[in-house]
Amino acid sequence: MILRAGAAVGALAVLPLALSSYQVDLLTKMLIFAIFAMSLNLSLGYAGLPSLGHAAYFGVGAYTVGLLAVRVWNNFWVDMACGLVAAAVAAALFGLLALRAEGSYLLMITLALAQVLWGIAFGWRRLTGGDDGLPGIPRPAEGLPLSLADGRRFYYLVLVCFVASVAVLALVTRSPFGRALVGIRESARRMEVLGYDTWRYKYVAFVLAGLFAGLAGNLFVYYNGFVSPAYLSIVFSAAALIMVILGGAGTLLGPVLGSAVIVYLENAVSAYTQRWLLVLGLVYVAVTLFVPEGLVRLLRRRKDQAA
Amino acid sequence: MSTLEVQGLGHDFGGLRALDDVTLDVPPGERLAILGPNGAGKTTLFNAITGLLRPARGRIRLHGEDVTRLGPHARAQRGLGRTFQITTLFPDLSVLDSVLLAVQGADPARFALLRPQTAFPHLRARALALLTEWGLAERRNVTTRLLSYGEQRQVELILALAAGSRVLLLDEPTAGLSPAETAQVAATIRRLPRDLTVLFIEHDMDVALDLADRVLVLHQGRVLAGGTPDEIRKDPRVAEIYLGTPHA
Repeated sequence: MILRAGAAVGALAVLPLALSSYQVDLLTKMLIFAIFAMSLNLSLGYAGLPSLGHAAYFGVGAYTVGLLAVRVWNNFWVDMACGLVAAAVAAALFGLLALRAEGSYLLMITLALAQVLWGIAFGWRRLTGGDDGLPGIPRPAEGLPLSLADGRRFYYLVLVCFVASVAVLALVTRSPFGRALVGIRESARRMEVLGYDTWRYKYVAFVLAGLFAGLAGNLFVYYNGFVSPAYLSIVFSAAALIMVILGGAGTLLGPVLGSAVIVYLENAVSAYTQRWLLVLGLVYVAVTLFVPEGLVRLLRRRKDQAA
Repeated sequence: MSTLEVQGLGHDFGGLRALDDVTLDVPPGERLAILGPNGAGKTTLFNAITGLLRPARGRIRLHGEDVTRLGPHARAQRGLGRTFQITTLFPDLSVLDSVLLAVQGADPARFALLRPQTAFPHLRARALALLTEWGLAERRNVTTRLLSYGEQRQVELILALAAGSRVLLLDEPTAGLSPAETAQVAATIRRLPRDLTVLFIEHDMDVALDLADRVLVLHQGRVLAGGTPDEIRKDPRVAEIYLGTPHA
């Protein structure tokens, strides 16, 4: 397994040499959204906590980095660290409120909380630029030995973050903690009488998911050089949800596949029409009808049948 | 000191008095059968003892410690285990993974976040030992929902045992089983270590009276009778609620 992981990382490392800078940008975006989708997968796929507001933590990370870089101090390490902390704190606070509910009520509360942040970003024009967003955020340079303004160099920063995220999440999901999350998803009552404080497990999963969503948000701000209320919107939350379900909730790499497919589709469709959201909705319907278990499990089953 | 002490336990569901001043005292190692017709409050009593239900009135002591205000997981950490009447397993996990979760629940390793479960080999060793001891070792890699109903009831028991409980509450361990399977589960319960305190709800009067040291009969949320199996067998009130006038 370690060999295969090494080969995959190697392939991702040499791939940019064979791609145009436009394609490298697309690949960068895929990896950023893969981190975002994987973060949601931890709470949704493993712990069974549905969310329609996961963009909240993505957006908090993004706005923190954006505001700091433009208005305060454009230092990569400081801004990045603050972005991560802000996302985790937001998840820690929202988790206290949201995790009192379950199922579709949890879905509604997470949506409502994210909408509150969206409303603040939209309405507080003097701080956030409102609907116009916050432009002119430079690629990381300050505090680093070399500037990452170049798309290929920036790709490697994203790749490092992506690999680190996969590694950490692989460990977490295989740990006793991660196994307990699956147990809670399958039967919370049973886990309680087996001695697990299920609330605490769900809470930690929720905050960790927020932290990694924040990481994705941080990177996306640098990627786009821009942050707007859309980053906090239900469209972003729903996109992450579709990536997770399309790839396979509760599988480590399903969300990565889901992200690659959705980002590629968005890019391809946008060349022909403005109605990307319509296409995204159709993809969602098709996924729930035809591959409800996700692509990764579908491929695995095909392989088992062939063998 | 009693292992489990319940004092004046009471609870209502709307207008229905589900538990009414239930008091019981269980010495270490006792096998206590709880009998009673449907709706007598047996499962409600178990839910209150394990903490899944917070009773409106009364106290519960475990090994002398008042646990009335503790959550179910905290009581489980103090050695209280249970099975469910309606099978509550992990449908998509394998038998071994399920037992691993139960073993891990009683181990400090349950909080480990950045080390794989396989880095704690003692968990797996204990899970395998339990599966071997209780005759499910060959089925360890089967997904739980694919097991037969009888096997699922067995997994229920193994999970409760794996959690390292010293007090075990079994909610109708033989419900829905064939006579042969019932005999098997009864044999399993008889094999449980004698230092384990066992409370069990049982519909089958013969099974219950055969396994129990002492029997408690609940009726409409109240303790109707208590005594040795022989005394209960002869008690006219018990015969009446089981055989006599129909009740609501």
